[in-house]
Amino acid sequence: MKLHTLLLCCSLLFTGAALAKEAAPMAADIEVEKRMVAISEELRCLVCQNESLSGSHAELAQDLRREIRTLIAQGKTDQEILDFMVARYGDFVRYRPPMKPTTWLLWGGPFLLMAGGIAALIVFLRRRAKEDHAPVLSEDERRRAAALLDQSNS
Amino acid sequence: MKRFLIPLAVFFGLVVFLAIGLTLNPRDVPSPLKDKAAPAFSVPQLAAADKSFSPADMKGKVWLFNVWASWCVSCRQEHPLLVALSKEGKVPVVGLNYKDQGADAKNWLARFGDPYVLSAVDADGRVGIDYGVYGVPETYVIDKVGTIRMKHTGPITQESLQKQILPLVAELSK
Repeated sequence: MKLHTLLLCCSLLFTGAALAKEAAPMAADIEVEKRMVAISEELRCLVCQNESLSGSHAELAQDLRREIRTLIAQGKTDQEILDFMVARYGDFVRYRPPMKPTTWLLWGGPFLLMAGGIAALIVFLRRRAKEDHAPVLSEDERRRAAALLDQSNS
Repeated sequence: MKRFLIPLAVFFGLVVFLAIGLTLNPRDVPSPLKDKAAPAFSVPQLAAADKSFSPADMKGKVWLFNVWASWCVSCRQEHPLLVALSKEGKVPVVGLNYKDQGADAKNWLARFGDPYVLSAVDADGRVGIDYGVYGVPETYVIDKVGTIRMKHTGPITQESLQKQILPLVAELSK
């Protein structure tokens, strides 16, 4: 019985090996690959918009990674490669869009919201500090309180 | 009473923003190629592999450049509109057969109709990259001097054809 199970496991293991695809050939140059990954992490895959170009399995992403490798091989700088992508797919392709009049709100918006939040907090705290004073009793109220205390003591 | 008005106003402001956001299409990324010269290329034609096509061949004409593939499901959706358009003869449509197998592409055209003046073959997607193609089908309106005047991403609809593409073509043809 045990042997059976063992054999079954072995055979399953081997079918797995036979079915698995052959690993993609390693890039000739590890430096090129490193640069390609570094650049493609800055870029958005347009097919699956919330994935980076480096992490995406979409066919377009594979093509674009191949394109980046070609450009690196042609001796282009990182900036030139980014410009190449932006010229074709627009600023949207970059995860860190450049500062321009059209992106000011995008960059400044969070800080505007934070400033608004801090201002609201300050106003709120000041108002509360004013209200926080213990109520001052008038002479009449003080007498009534004393009378009540006396009553409960006796 | 007044203390509730401010949060209420903020809330409605947010609702307005979100409502506008819902009507936008996240796939509709503005193309930087608008008002730029259509990138040059020269690739074989689908019907006759010994002949090549280059955008320069269309100089002097307003034309549509439609990126399609037999594996592309939404291309089927827009295809009848293109076939009808080609019958009307208002504007020539050049196809770019994007990352497809030649035999599949020809079968597809035989089955659904061929609206194209010709189809250029972009087997490895290189031309597609130069045109910023990321979601087939895509359609470009290119003017007489070879400038891209409009890019439509995704299948053409009757509405986009009548309201955007054809009026633009008519204006450019003047």
